[in-house]
Amino acid sequence: MDRLQMRAMLWDMLRARAFEEAAAQGYAQGQIAGFLHLYPGEEAVAVGVLHAAEPGDYVVSTYREHVHALVRGIPAREIMAELQGKITGISKGMGGSMHLFDASRRFLGGYAIVGETFPIALGAAYAVAYRRLPEAVICFFGDGAVNQGTFHESLNMAALWKLPILFICENNHYQIGTEIHRHSAVTEVYKRACGYGIPAEKVDGMDVLAVHAAARKALERVRSGDGPQFLELETYRYRGHSMADPASYRPNVELNAYQANDPIAAAIHEAESAYPSPEAMAAAGADCISHFSDHCCQEGHLDEAEITRLRQEVQTEVDDAVRFAQQSAEPDMQDAWSIFHHNRRYEVLMETAQ
Amino acid sequence: MAELMYWQGILRAHDEEMARDPLVFAMGEDIGVAGGTYKATSGLFAKYGEQRVIDTPISENSYTGIGVGAAMVGARPIVEIMSVNFAWLAMDQLMNNAAKIHYMSGGRIRCPFVMRVPGGTAHQLGAQHSARMEKVFMGISGLRVVTPATPRDAYGLLKSAVRSDDPVVIIEHESMYNLKGEVPDEEFFTPLEGVEIMRPGKDVSIFAYNISVHWALDAAKKLASEYGIDAEVIDLRALKPLDRAGIAASVCKTHHAIIVEEDEAPVGVGSEVMAIINEECFFDLDAAPVRVHALDIPIPYNHRLEKAAIPNAGDVIAAVRKMFGR
Repeated sequence: MDRLQMRAMLWDMLRARAFEEAAAQGYAQGQIAGFLHLYPGEEAVAVGVLHAAEPGDYVVSTYREHVHALVRGIPAREIMAELQGKITGISKGMGGSMHLFDASRRFLGGYAIVGETFPIALGAAYAVAYRRLPEAVICFFGDGAVNQGTFHESLNMAALWKLPILFICENNHYQIGTEIHRHSAVTEVYKRACGYGIPAEKVDGMDVLAVHAAARKALERVRSGDGPQFLELETYRYRGHSMADPASYRPNVELNAYQANDPIAAAIHEAESAYPSPEAMAAAGADCISHFSDHCCQEGHLDEAEITRLRQEVQTEVDDAVRFAQQSAEPDMQDAWSIFHHNRRYEVLMETAQ
Repeated sequence: MAELMYWQGILRAHDEEMARDPLVFAMGEDIGVAGGTYKATSGLFAKYGEQRVIDTPISENSYTGIGVGAAMVGARPIVEIMSVNFAWLAMDQLMNNAAKIHYMSGGRIRCPFVMRVPGGTAHQLGAQHSARMEKVFMGISGLRVVTPATPRDAYGLLKSAVRSDDPVVIIEHESMYNLKGEVPDEEFFTPLEGVEIMRPGKDVSIFAYNISVHWALDAAKKLASEYGIDAEVIDLRALKPLDRAGIAASVCKTHHAIIVEEDEAPVGVGSEVMAIINEECFFDLDAAPVRVHALDIPIPYNHRLEKAAIPNAGDVIAAVRKMFGR
C-alpha cells in the first residue's frame, strides 16, 4: 500500500469521526430527531472494506450507515441534509438517518429492521450473477443480526447458488444493550458461516490495514466466482446504540480490558465515565484512528503536521455540510406526494413499459 | 380466441414475458422441476433453465427479499408464494421493503417486483391453508394489489404487473386454477387500476372480486329470472388502489349496493368499499349498503362447516331479496 492510499484511508476515517460527532451535536441541538445511530470507534471497518471495493460493487448497509454512505462517496452535505430531513438530502428528506439510498453510487440503502438486509443483498447479488457481471455485493450487518432467521436462510441460499457477496459482520459485541455472550450461543460469529460452507475468518476490526487486506482478498475470491465470503470484524462503538441510549449497561470490567495496554489508563479511571469517551478511547491506543495515524507516522508516510492539516480539512468539510443542511429547505407535502407517485400513475407506467 | 384454464393464462403470461425480456425471472417453492403446485409455471424450467426458474428453499421471507433486492438493481422477478398463508412469513420484506423503498429513497430506487399468491378456501385444507390476506395487502401504502377472476385477467394482470415499475401483489385462488374461459390470442394487458362491469344492470350494484365474482354472476342470473331484479355485477379487480370513481358511478346509477367477499367482514374489502360509497354517494342511496362475507372464524376443517363459513351465491340472493323486500 502506498502513501497516497494510506493518506486517503486516514482522511476517510477522520471525516467519518468528524461527521458523526457533528451529527451528535446536531441531535443535541435539536436539528436532528428520531433514532440516530453513530459509528465512532468502528471507522476501520467501513474504511478498510470500502477502500477495497470497486465502483461497480453494490453496498447494502444497516441503520448505522452514515459512514458507509460517506466513504462510498455520497457527499457529506447530502447525508447531513437527510439527517435534518431536508429536501436536499440524499433521500430528499423522505428517508432520514436510517434510510440513505443512492442508485448511482450503488448504495442500496440503510434499513431499520435488523436482518432484513441479507435477502436484499442476495437479490442484488443474484441479479449480478444472472447477468454474469464481475461485480460484488457487500453486505454490512451487526452481531445482533445473526440471530434473525433471514441470516440463516440467506447464508444457505448464498452458498447454494454461489452468489457474489461479501458478508461483513461488524461485531461490536452489543445487540443494542445486550452483550454478545448473553445473546448468542456461539459468539464467534464467523463459525456460523462455516456451517454453511462459506469461507469465513475473524479479523481485528480496529486495524484498518488488516481489514483492508482481508476485504481485498475476500473480494478477489468473490469476483473470481468462488461464491460468498464472510468476514467477522471485531470492533467497538464508543457511543450507545443510538443517541437515545446512554450505554449504562457496559461494565467497567470491559473498560478495563480496553484500557489494559493503555499507558494513561489511570487518567481514564479518574474520569469515572460510565463508558469510554471518544477522547479516552483515543488516548487508550485501542482507537482505530489514533492507532492508524500513529502507524502512518511511524512508517514515515505522514507527519503530525499533515495529520493536523487533515483534521482541519475534514472539519471544514463537515462544518460546510452542517451549514448546507441548516440552510436547506424542508420538503412540503407536495414533494412527498410527487415522490410517492413518481412513476406510479398507471398510464405512465404502462407507456414506459411498452 | 382460445379457451384456456386459469393456470394456463398465468403460464402464458410468464412465457411471453420471459421470452421478451431476459431480466424477467421466476422464483418460488417447487415452481421449477416440479412445474408449480398448480402447474402455473410448468415447462418453464426446461425452456429457460434453472437460473431463470428458481426452485427455492422453504425460506419465504428471504426469497421474497431476494426478489426485492434483484428488482432494486433492475431485474424483473416474479416471486410465487405457494399459499397466501405462507406470505405471513414474508411480510417484513413485503411491507417494510418492497412497498417502501421507492418512497424512502426519495424516488431514487424503483422496485418492479411481482408476487403471485394463491389464496382462498379450497377443499378442507384447514385453517392454516384457507385464509385470505387481501385485507392486509390492501392496507399497505406503496403496494399494488390485483386479483383476477377469470383466465383472461389471470393472463392480463400478470402481463401488466411484470411491466409495471411498482411492486404488485397478485392474489389468485386455489379453487380457480382449472376454471376455463376465453383468452384473446393476441397479446393484451389488463389494467392494474379500475373496475370492470361483468354484467350491466340497473337495480343493484353487486361488488365482488376473485372467486366471489362468480357467486355474484350466478346470483344475478337467478335474481333476474326469478325475482325481476336487474343486478349489475362489478369486478373490483384492483384492490389497491380501489377505483373510487368506478364504484361511485355504479351506485349512483342503481342506488343500491352489495359487497361480496370470501373474507371475514372486519377491516376488509367490504368495509373499504362501504366507506367509499358513504363518502362518494351517500345521498344517492335508497338503502343501506350490505356486506356478504365469511363468518369471523378460522376456516373449519369439517366439510359442512367449511362450506357454511364462507358465503355463496345463495347468500348473495338472500341479501338482495332482503334489501328489496321480495
